[in-house]
Amino acid sequence: MQTPIIIKNLTKKFGDVIAVNDVSLTIEPGTFLTLLGPSGCGKTTLLRCISGLEDPDEGEIYIGDKLVYSHLKGISLPPGNRDLGLVFQNYALWPHMTVYKNITFALEIQKMSKSEMDKRVKEALAEVQMDGYEKRYPREMSGGQQQRVALARMLAYRPKVFLMDEPLSNLDARLRMDMRTELKRLHHVSEATTVYVTHDQMEAMTMSSNIAVMKLGVIQQMDTPDNVYHYPANLFVADFIGNPKVNLLTGWVSGKDNVDVGKFNVPVKTYNQTGDVVVGIRPEDITISTRSEDGGVEFQAYSVLPSGSDTTIIARKGDTELTVKENGVSKIKMDQKIWLSFVKETVNLYDKESGNLVNA
Amino acid sequence: MAVLTKEPQSSKERWLARGRRVYRWLTTPHVFLSIIMLAVMIYLVIIPLYRMVATTVTVSENDLRAIKDANVGDFTWYHWVRMLTSKIAKLMTYEPLLHSLTVALGATGFAFLIGGLMAWMVVRTDMPGRNTIHFLATIPYIMPSWTIAMAWTVIFKNRTSGGTPGLIEFLTGTPPPDWLAYGPVPIIVSSGLHYYTFFFLFISAALLSIDSSLEEAGELAGAGRWRIMRKITFPLVIPAIASGFIMTFSKAMGTYGGPNVLGVPVRYYTLSTMLKSNTSISNYGDGFVLAIVLILFAMTTVMINQKLVGTRKSFETIGGRGFMSKKVKLRNFKPILTALVVVFQFIIAILPLAVLLYSTFMLRSGNYSLSNFTLAHWIGTGEDITINSGEPGVLRNPRIYLGAWNSIRLSLLTALFTSMIGVILGYAIVKGRGTRLSKIVEQMAFIPYVIPGIAFGAVYISMFTKPVGPIPPLYGTFALLVVVSVAKHLPFSARTGVSAMLQVSKELEEAAAISGASPWRRFWRIIFPLTSTGFVSGFLLNFISTMRELSLIILLVTPTTAVLASMTMRYIENGNEQQADAVILILIFLVLIGNFIISRFRGGSLKKGLGM
Repeated sequence: MQTPIIIKNLTKKFGDVIAVNDVSLTIEPGTFLTLLGPSGCGKTTLLRCISGLEDPDEGEIYIGDKLVYSHLKGISLPPGNRDLGLVFQNYALWPHMTVYKNITFALEIQKMSKSEMDKRVKEALAEVQMDGYEKRYPREMSGGQQQRVALARMLAYRPKVFLMDEPLSNLDARLRMDMRTELKRLHHVSEATTVYVTHDQMEAMTMSSNIAVMKLGVIQQMDTPDNVYHYPANLFVADFIGNPKVNLLTGWVSGKDNVDVGKFNVPVKTYNQTGDVVVGIRPEDITISTRSEDGGVEFQAYSVLPSGSDTTIIARKGDTELTVKENGVSKIKMDQKIWLSFVKETVNLYDKESGNLVNA
Repeated sequence: MAVLTKEPQSSKERWLARGRRVYRWLTTPHVFLSIIMLAVMIYLVIIPLYRMVATTVTVSENDLRAIKDANVGDFTWYHWVRMLTSKIAKLMTYEPLLHSLTVALGATGFAFLIGGLMAWMVVRTDMPGRNTIHFLATIPYIMPSWTIAMAWTVIFKNRTSGGTPGLIEFLTGTPPPDWLAYGPVPIIVSSGLHYYTFFFLFISAALLSIDSSLEEAGELAGAGRWRIMRKITFPLVIPAIASGFIMTFSKAMGTYGGPNVLGVPVRYYTLSTMLKSNTSISNYGDGFVLAIVLILFAMTTVMINQKLVGTRKSFETIGGRGFMSKKVKLRNFKPILTALVVVFQFIIAILPLAVLLYSTFMLRSGNYSLSNFTLAHWIGTGEDITINSGEPGVLRNPRIYLGAWNSIRLSLLTALFTSMIGVILGYAIVKGRGTRLSKIVEQMAFIPYVIPGIAFGAVYISMFTKPVGPIPPLYGTFALLVVVSVAKHLPFSARTGVSAMLQVSKELEEAAAISGASPWRRFWRIIFPLTSTGFVSGFLLNFISTMRELSLIILLVTPTTAVLASMTMRYIENGNEQQADAVILILIFLVLIGNFIISRFRGGSLKKGLGM
């Protein structure tokens, strides 16, 4: 029942711009894979290539054991023959049709009987908690309701693969949270292979079983959310993931397990690297103290930004700036002296030239 | 588990794959439609243009007397030499060219002055009754372009070219001077009054859409009102002025009605009337040289204009968003200026119709007293041979009914085909956005826009005299009128189609494609229902604009295919002025009915679709 997706050497150009650059990717059956990246990184184009709405220039795509695209064989199945469903950012409900008609559009094409269609519509609407909305027109519903109907429209014809193109980005913050819950639940129940595109790292972190971070048409790292967060494969991923942003300090190897970043040393795990490096430290991995006796490097609290559940402190030492996150409301005042210490297990080390992670 | 394909082994496989890719490309709906449209447009625009050029350099039977030792079909520069360098070149080409330029520039400038001034007063001053003024401003354009010219002759004509006196001479006893009765001045004024609607609508829309904070910023920077006007407001409305200029100039350059009514009686020929007089004696070689000159001039002007303004998109910026804006207070001048504007609009919108109507009740032309009153031109039996050369009154005249029927069915068919082509062009262009093919289709559809109406008609004379491929010779048939009208409306089709398609976000069709709907099903179930209102209003606008079209078809009509518009010209040429006036009133009546339906259909505004 579950369907893998295999992408091999896929390239898509728009004129001189290479939107997807030689991407190879295997999506295991039943995975919730999120394509994450800044705008223009090629994530949507990759999704559209899978869906068949965009014709790639090179490469091959298998959905299950069906070859849906192959440049060399000159094959490209139309979207309707690929057994997949797509939820659009702007819902794309047909405005001149009722909810019922929107959902049965695909079912009519499959020549389904009326009673079967009624049943499917009922089930699909129940699944997205929109029972009884059959007769509404899209404009008579809120954005959140429209997106639920769009979801039901996809569920009703039971595609093997779900594709979602930033489905939540037109919703307001509260609705987005609700829909995340629902989408994750939906995937849990259906176990359909899902490819989800977003630029929102929170969405990616909270819902996915796997995240592929993209930049300039290339996948930078594909891993579990946990690994992508704690062991970013390169400086781009480290910098892109995490809010507040990761602290990146340039330095050079000094001593056995220390990196000299100028005014102080940062402890790191064992390494066999020489030359210039960059250390990456997540703000919440830095321990903060108001007493010099606890050890650590002396800083000054340049700014203190409480947000209720936690507090972000911008610490400065000369022209070195670190972002530190503390749980709860911090007692630290602005301009106060503070001492910061680092745990070597949480510090990642990157080669400065290539930007790649070097310790393991 | 799937096995990934390596490089295909044999060259046969490679060719197969290549074939599949080409087939897939060709069967992509927008590619498929683009190619069909390209073929249609090559056939309707490019080949006729080529044929016309070819005719000017080919020896025809009529030329055998003039060219020694030539055979029919030989290559010759005879027509070009004759029209551009011989003794008659001045009379045949240069003077008419000069006249055309004078008239077109004059009319454009005049229309700009009136339209711009009125737009400014309506949008930027506290003048009352702006809606009424706005409505009245569209009326002159709804009427056929030569309506005012015909009314002009009733009022101002003198007996220079023979015939009967005009209203002024009848009332005052002194004939108006020649420059006021005929020639460039009346042509410029009468066409300017027709075309000012363009400028009025474009400029008022542009003024409305200017964010007044831009002007306020200027004010804060210490600029005076005049300086702000010159440095900020004016540059911002330049695109609108340019659109008005392109439209008015290319139309005025190829217009036939006005110059025929007001210029020909005193031998003030423009390219269009000279072209007509050449083709009506089958002197196609010479006539087409004139047509080509006309096309080249119109095209260059439009191109220079676009270069200067920068973007062709500029003429799509119609329709403002309406920011708050400070109004100039007219103070004491308010009642006077308002009265002036209203009186002016009344004069150009209502007076011509009244004058024309009055003239249809005059038994003998030139006698404006009540004793001369008659209904003979409307319901006369035609027994008195001295009235209208013995033709019955228009309401009893089967020829008029035939002409009206021709007008209506020509307009209906043109509107129908134009809308259909609009759907296809719109889809092909919008779905292919960014591809070279789409750009070519869009640009080719734009070509008829820069070819003046009468020259476009001339293009078709040479095209369909002989069978072309599977198409039988169309010259003299009603079908030819439909073909030429549809072809001339291509730019309008494309524009309506594109703007209608842009209303439908592409995801709506994509969602249907994902659901497994075929292109055909996607079109009928999704795209068509969502764009139909746009096309219905496009249909109606095409209907009325074809109804009042004269320049385009004047060279192509025959007595059996005559439409009301061409009949007015024939009656004038035969000296049956009252008959002509009655016919144009019937035509205006039909156009007004069409217009009424439009305004019912979409709540009044003519703005959006105006202008091709």
